[in-house]
Amino acid sequence: MIHYYKVNCHADNLKLIREFVKVVLRDFILNETQINQMVLAVDEVCTNIICHSAENNPDKALEVNIIDTFDMLEFEIIDKHCAHFDPANYIRPCLQTIVKERRKGGIGLLLVGNIMDDVQVNHDNTQNTWRMRKSFAPLSLSRLAQVNFE
Amino acid sequence: MQLNETKDGKYWIIAVAGDVDASSSIHLDKAIEAALQTGQKNILIDGTKMQYIASAGLGVFVSRIEEFKDKEVHFAIFGLNDRVKNVFQILGLDKLLSIVADLQQAKTT
Repeated sequence: MIHYYKVNCHADNLKLIREFVKVVLRDFILNETQINQMVLAVDEVCTNIICHSAENNPDKALEVNIIDTFDMLEFEIIDKHCAHFDPANYIRPCLQTIVKERRKGGIGLLLVGNIMDDVQVNHDNTQNTWRMRKSFAPLSLSRLAQVNFE
Repeated sequence: MQLNETKDGKYWIIAVAGDVDASSSIHLDKAIEAALQTGQKNILIDGTKMQYIASAGLGVFVSRIEEFKDKEVHFAIFGLNDRVKNVFQILGLDKLLSIVADLQQAKTT
């Protein structure tokens, strides 16, 4: 099943995106910490897009798609006409360096990398597509309604 | 996010409620900065009512670790729920920051 959400690129909408992910994932047998990690990973990518790539411009929009299969969640985040994030130029920062240099930024993608099993970014002429995947035990992604019914 | 600051003896306690994200983290940063500017040497973060923290919120604390050492500031975070505490644990920040269960431990750690 695919769950779709589209919002304008404004920082105030980050909370709405988090609510969307939370509501979708509460349909599965995941605990609150697992749900929060997925919410966090999506939030971090969307924050980068909205605050940096789109420069908080509400005339631009992003889409969040959540695709669930029997043992995997895939999060697809698409922005259009925003600055291109090139993963080839991304150097994973060292936490000790961030602490030493007293930096406030640079932690978001570290979190995403530690939470997700796989993160890919594709770019064509007009859009960036982030794909993040996380595997779970098959039963975890059973729908609560089905389990209750049985 | 809401902040409530109180003085408890020698301890300056900043209670954080709600979501600490890219939009709100600047207010938490300013509160800590103000406490440091006024010479507070014991700063505690009450996370009992914190519902969510993103990297921007973690960055507020991470960017101050060295400053706390330099200024010999006793800094601790207490009362985090499991969900929020896990976010600190993902990157091992629970090893770099003093994160404890309650106010009493925060005062004595």
